[in-house]
Amino acid sequence: MDSSVSVLLFGITRDLTGQSTVSVPLSEGASVGDLLSQLHQNYPPLAEIRSLLIAVNGEYAEPEQLLAHHDEIALIPPVSGG
Amino acid sequence: MIALTSEPIDVAAALTFLQSEQAGAIDFFLGVVRDNTQERPVDRLEYEAYDRMAISEMQKIADDAQQQWPILRYIIIHRKGTLQIGEIAVLIGVATPHRAAAFEACRYIIDTIKQTVPIWKKEVFTDGESWVNAHP
Repeated sequence: MDSSVSVLLFGITRDLTGQSTVSVPLSEGASVGDLLSQLHQNYPPLAEIRSLLIAVNGEYAEPEQLLAHHDEIALIPPVSGG
Repeated sequence: MIALTSEPIDVAAALTFLQSEQAGAIDFFLGVVRDNTQERPVDRLEYEAYDRMAISEMQKIADDAQQQWPILRYIIIHRKGTLQIGEIAVLIGVATPHRAAAFEACRYIIDTIKQTVPIWKKEVFTDGESWVNAHP
């Protein structure tokens, strides 16, 4: 069964897509790695960014972590605080 | 104490917060908005954060620092929004019994914030803008 997840965007990724939240169609049981692939497919300009990580419910997530539709998911471009 | 704020950072209040009778050393690191980057004139900086995660990641760093050094009190405040030249973007303050630990902990906290905390900085120039670290 297909579903979709909502992804929060910040910084350069928000500028590149023009949106602060995007909805990404993903099959049930998809992983963080699947989501990153789908995001790259939907938004080719993301390829110009040095690195992209995914946070799930406020924690950095490994590519193999599985996603659930109620998770709070965020795309994390290279950080530059300080 | 950990905070993200859109208001100017009050250094005197931070010092008052850190003071304790057991502290022989209080160290501050202030990250300040500079008027240039690689000699290109900067007009202002714009900071944004993934708030909930920025707070929790800063808390992890503070907890790690407390495991490594005898920290009596600490304060970490990071600004969000538009900052002008000369404004304090981040303040780290650490109180310890002796100075070596205060220096080391302060440096560890700011260096790790720059690596892991989801806060983003955009440099705005007179003729363009750029998200720091975003491109290869």
